[in-house]
Amino acid sequence: MTEITMTPETRQSAHRIQLALLSVLIIGLVIAPFVLYPVFLMKVLCFALFASAFNLLLGFTGLLSFGHAAFFGGAAYFTAHAVKEWGFPPEAGILLGVVGAAFMGLIIGFFAIRRQGIYFAMITLALSQMFFFFCLQSEFTKGEDGLQGVPRGHLLGFIDLSQPLNMYFFVLAVFAIGVFMVWRIVHSPFGMILRSIRENENRAISLGYSVNLYKLAAFVMSAALAGLAGGLKALVFQFATLTDVAWQMSGEVILMTLLGGIGTIFGPIFGAAFVVTVQNYLSTTGFPVTVLTGLIFIVCVLVFRRGIVGEFNASRLAAKLGLRSRN
Amino acid sequence: MTATGVNEKPGNHQNPAASRVVLTARDLRRDFGGFTAVNNVNLDVYHAKVHALIGPNGAGKTTVFNLLTKFLQPTSGKITLLDHDITNMAPARVARMGLVRSFQISAVFPHLTVLENIRIALQRPGNLAVQFWLPLGRLDVLNDRAMELLTSVGLENEYDSQAADLSYGRKRVLEIATTLALDPKVLLLDEPMAGMGGEDVGMVAELIREVAKTRAVLMVEHNLKVVADLCDHITVLQRGEILAEGDYATVSNDERVKVAYMGTDHD
Ligand SMILES: Nc1ncnc2c1ncn2[C@@H]1O[C@H](COP(=O)(O)OP(=O)(O)OP(=O)(O)O)[C@@H](O)[C@H]1O
Ligand SMILES: [Mg+2]
Repeated sequence: MTEITMTPETRQSAHRIQLALLSVLIIGLVIAPFVLYPVFLMKVLCFALFASAFNLLLGFTGLLSFGHAAFFGGAAYFTAHAVKEWGFPPEAGILLGVVGAAFMGLIIGFFAIRRQGIYFAMITLALSQMFFFFCLQSEFTKGEDGLQGVPRGHLLGFIDLSQPLNMYFFVLAVFAIGVFMVWRIVHSPFGMILRSIRENENRAISLGYSVNLYKLAAFVMSAALAGLAGGLKALVFQFATLTDVAWQMSGEVILMTLLGGIGTIFGPIFGAAFVVTVQNYLSTTGFPVTVLTGLIFIVCVLVFRRGIVGEFNASRLAAKLGLRSRN
Repeated sequence: MTATGVNEKPGNHQNPAASRVVLTARDLRRDFGGFTAVNNVNLDVYHAKVHALIGPNGAGKTTVFNLLTKFLQPTSGKITLLDHDITNMAPARVARMGLVRSFQISAVFPHLTVLENIRIALQRPGNLAVQFWLPLGRLDVLNDRAMELLTSVGLENEYDSQAADLSYGRKRVLEIATTLALDPKVLLLDEPMAGMGGEDVGMVAELIREVAKTRAVLMVEHNLKVVADLCDHITVLQRGEILAEGDYATVSNDERVKVAYMGTDHD
């Protein structure tokens, strides 16, 4: 059993390289607000967290949800309402958004996990559309106007988040915690079982795992983390609107994740950054964004199915760096 | 149509008193729409015995396995495992009670390593399956047991390969090792040797003989040489119904069996 001790060692060197890349990324994100527009960066971080949360389900559990906008946009409403109407401090407002999204995840997940594949996706879509119409009709969302002028408030009572840099570093910290949580869940004993379910659900059942409970747990975790991103976004833009709960938002997060690379930690982050950048650029030109996103989607499915990060991981360079993905 | 003759009664094999019944099926039936895939099937599976379920393609062998393990709900009939009625139990719960199956089509976790495959099975009894907050390194406590199991099937050198990269036969071997990792009380193997190379067949036959000393084995197998060598009791299924039962000599001399099955498949 001597060889077995070699595995952790080789993996450790891969880990070291990954840590080095991670440090570069973090340093870049710390310097970025001094070079780029902070609101743009914060938008990227919110969507990157949203896509990472989504990927926990699609990439690591094998469940394609077409209703994640409900958790993202729902949490945005909850946070915005709590902060604006009830005077919650920002951290409590976000927490409420997370709890609300988790609860919605429990309900939608409860019905969806009973079905598989396309039926699963359709149930999540149908239930999230029901939530959309609820938001459209309901008093507390202010209908088409949305909740406007949400104050960012003071973090822990003394950090003024109306200062762009303060807000940026707050968002960066929440993003880092959120992505760390995804990473932790994926690389945990529980995460192994999720992967086994993704790989072969019947086999997991035959080994005695009540897979529906595992799927539901993953669904709730993914919804809660999507809610974290949504609540954060409500504070960044200081409003919550119907766009965040619309089905197009569910489609967008699928696109980001596929484009970046499902089943990788960094894929959704790069995918989100790419899509947000393109959207920002195009919004100044008047070129129809949906046409381009559609095109990107087709190219992605046809040419690089593994996504940006997935293709990189499968490349020779990645193999040399010891990054070859094992998922 | 019912099976006739002295072999009709289930559990009619030599020395039933010496062994105890661990798994029974009574009047098992399963319809798919208007088609009855399994009808009137009675089985008694004994501790420390190898029981073969044979029959031509489409006879309903896999369906019987699906019913016994509760992957399919029987239309009617009753199943008991270790004196518990499991007829309406969820499949994962049946597995946790000690009835573990393998699949006709190789069922491994393709993008996990060989070691990780075995560890998935070991995680549940080891209470290391729900901890989403712990690092993966915690699973290393399972490595020794996992390597022991891999060594017992000659897969120890491939422990770090992806399961998808193994040959078909080796995948089946891994699947059996994974099944054994749960230390099941009753083992259901659906054509465990299909697609295996010659030496693996011998090794797996030996392995089954070994594990059957302490547990019940019910296996579907087309290789009649393996059945003759390994199995204490044989049930022949045809068009969803039991055609004959008994030890190999009894079954292979049965005229109906010769016509229905062996006539086409033997030699
Ligand atoms: N889910 C299902 N729906 C409809 N018919 C089914 C289903 N599963 C099995 N059948 C039918 O039941 C019959 C028995 O199939 P089964 O797979 O149990 O046979 P088998 O004895 O395992 O055959 P083989 O030796 O080819 O594996 C076949 O006619 C099959 O088409
Ligand atoms: Mg079969």
